[in-house]
Parts: sequence; structure tokens; C-alpha cells
Amino acid sequence: MNTTDNSINTSDHQQPVTPSGRMIAVLTGIAMISGFLVVLTSQLTAPFIEENQRIAIEQAVSKVIPGSVTHQAYTILDNKISIAEKGQSGSLIYAGFDANGKLLGIASKAAAQGYAGMIYLLYGYDPKCQCIRGIKVLKLSETPGLGDKIITDSHFQKNFDQLDAHLNAENTKLQNPIITVKHGTKKEYWEIDAISGATISSKAVGKAINTSAQSLLPTLVPLMQQLKELSQKKSAQKESEL
Amino acid sequence: MSRVRSNEITWETFSEGLWKENPVFVMLLGMCPVLAVTNSALNALAMGLATAFVLLASSTLVSLLSQYIPKQVRIATYIVIIATFVTIVDYVIQAISLDLYNSLGAFIQLIVVNCMILGRAEAYASKHRPLKSIVNALGMSAGFTIALLCLGVVREILGAGSLFGFQLFSDNFQPWVVMVLPAGGFLVLGAWLLLFDWYNQRQQERLLKENEHAN
Repeated sequence: MNTTDNSINTSDHQQPVTPSGRMIAVLTGIAMISGFLVVLTSQLTAPFIEENQRIAIEQAVSKVIPGSVTHQAYTILDNKISIAEKGQSGSLIYAGFDANGKLLGIASKAAAQGYAGMIYLLYGYDPKCQCIRGIKVLKLSETPGLGDKIITDSHFQKNFDQLDAHLNAENTKLQNPIITVKHGTKKEYWEIDAISGATISSKAVGKAINTSAQSLLPTLVPLMQQLKELSQKKSAQKESEL
Repeated sequence: MSRVRSNEITWETFSEGLWKENPVFVMLLGMCPVLAVTNSALNALAMGLATAFVLLASSTLVSLLSQYIPKQVRIATYIVIIATFVTIVDYVIQAISLDLYNSLGAFIQLIVVNCMILGRAEAYASKHRPLKSIVNALGMSAGFTIALLCLGVVREILGAGSLFGFQLFSDNFQPWVVMVLPAGGFLVLGAWLLLFDWYNQRQQERLLKENEHAN
């Protein structure tokens, strides 16, 4: 401690050393006030935060399943599909329905390592054309102006208007793995045309979708009928309630 | 700062944070958020306001409790108080907007270790009456927020061609991408510091000349 500090705290020198009991009491008191304030805020803001998260997912899902009006989250566990509940394990998917309750598509999360960090995205699968109808990047830390073009570049987004995701005859994997190709060399329906100058980020998007689709679609497609029945039962329930 | 424990609240109590002891441009404190989240004016403003709330609340509490806090555990106590308010801000920003929360990222939580706040608690709030501490904290917060905005506005205009999200130029404008990258933070901060120093030096020279004339 230097001299200036001593001169400010001269009163402390005359006092006896603070007993440790008092220190503990003060720290405990402060910690209790602090805990009370944090719990109070957490309780007060929880409904707003939940609502914000729900809106964010809703917006993302309606973007990747074009034309969908209502959404419902489901979980797949051990080849069984059920309406998602809080704290349930299993892979989470979102189903989008039109105004008449007709199933339009399934959205699922995917992630892959990009140039500067993980890229998290949501993609929409259309069971009718067996293709991917849209993607929405949820979180990324790519270089601004270069890697973040995967969100803004309209030419790149066009890749996902109808990206082929057919399963093979045995329903075990994709007929053709989804792959990102060099800018301007896209030939097949399952290829993604990369952005020039953002190849690594573009490739990460392709890899994320491919990894997720390869594992999700073989289990999901045989369950499609079950999902439709589940959703019809739910809309029937709603009607009878009305 | 005077060593006298005066409880007079003057204009100086408020204004020293704005200019004479500006936390960013003069004291160079809390550089981490200053450089990291000022890539857009909105982020800078949000960060400034979040820090202002934490500074104000923690200064008030520290100043109210200062006589009960034993000297040996004061730093630990200050950190707990600051961390409490940072957690509150964290929840509130999540409740206001998730987009904003995501763009500020980890820097909300890092307000805990913003040395400007701990510095104010130790050097000012613990030695002054609550009201005076509040006025001083207000000035410091305003100075910090304005400094962040100074950086954020310049970086957003040059780096993205927009201000608060509104496009300023036509499509012919090629944004200087480096300005929204970390390097741009250093460049713009350097330019502002240069400007401030140049101004201060000129003022001193003028004072010297006036003194010479008077003699």
C-alpha cells in the first residue's frame, strides 16, 4: 500500500483489525442481496425471453418452409415421433403446416465449422419434392463482407430453392450427397454453387446440411405417415375443442 | 481529484467524466468493449447504456454500503455487486431483443471486468456520499457512451455505409470492410485520440502564449 492510500485511510490505523466474523457477515449479506436481485430479474424477464426465442424460431421456420402458417415442434427418439415437450431428449424437428393444416415441410437445425467459427443454420425439407426448400443462418462468426455473404447473397440463396435430397432405394442415405462446388460449376440438382471469395463458408453450409440430412432423413422419411396422423389428430382435437 | 471529502456537488462533479477525465479518450479505461462492439452505432449505444446502468447502480450501492464494508474484502464485495447488475442487464437485453443480444455476444458478461466500473467504485463511490457518486457516475457513463458512439458512428458509416441501420449512400459506395473488423477499431480509436491530443496541445500552447503576453 502506498503513502497516499495510507493518508486517506488514517482512521483505519486507530481501529483494531476487523474481525473475520464481520467480513464473513458482510460478504454473506451482499451475496444474499445479489442472489435475491438476480433471481427476481430472472423471474421477471423469463416470459419475455421465452417469447422472443419462440418468435425467432417461428420466423426462421416460416422462412425455410415457404407458405407455412402454423408450426409445431416434434422430437424423434428410437424411431418414434412425438410432440416436443420441455426437457425431452431426441432430435428436434419443426413441422410447418398451411392454413388447412396440411403438412408442407420439416425444418431441422444443422451446424458445421466455418472459416471463423461454427455456422448454425435451419433448413427446410419438403417431403413432396424430396428436396430442400430454404435455409436460414441462425448464428455465425464469419468475416463481415466476405463469409457473411452466405446470408445476403441472393444468388447463393437460390441454391436452396429446390436442392435435391432424394434418399436411395433402401432409405439408408441420400442418393447423392449434397456438396458445395466451385463458383460457377454447379451442374446437378444436389450441388451448391459456392460464393467466390467465401468458398470455405459456402462449403460449411453444404457440409452442415449434408451431415444433418444424412442422419435425419433416413429416420424421418419412414415416419412421415406417423407424423401426418399425429398432426391430423391434433387438428381434430383442436376442432372438437372449438 | 481533490483529496478533500467535500460533499458539494458542482458542475465539475458531472462534467469531469465528459471531458477532463473521459474514461475512454483520457483515462483509456475499459478498452475491451470500446474496440470490440463498436462496429455499428446501435451496438455502441446499447453497450454504452448497459455499462451506464451497471456503473450507476453499482456506484450507488457501493457508496451506500461503503461504511459497512471492511477494507480487506472491499474488492470482492465490489465485484459481487457489479456482477449482480451485469447479470440483470444480461437478462434485460435478452428480454428486449435477441438480435441485439447476439450481436453484443460475450461483451455483456465482460462488463464485470470493465476496469472503469471497478475503478469508479474504488476511487470515487467508496469515498463520496451517494448523491455525489450518482452524479459523477452519470457523467462518466455519459462520457463513456459518447465515446463509444464516436467510434461506432465512424466505423458504421465507413464500414457499412449506413448509420443506425439506414443506408446513407447509393450502391456505388464500396464499404471499407476493415472498419467493421477488429483492426478498424484500433484505427478509429487512434484517430480520435490523435484529434483529442492535438486539440489539448493547441489549448495549452494558447494558454502559454497568453501568459507570455501578460508578462
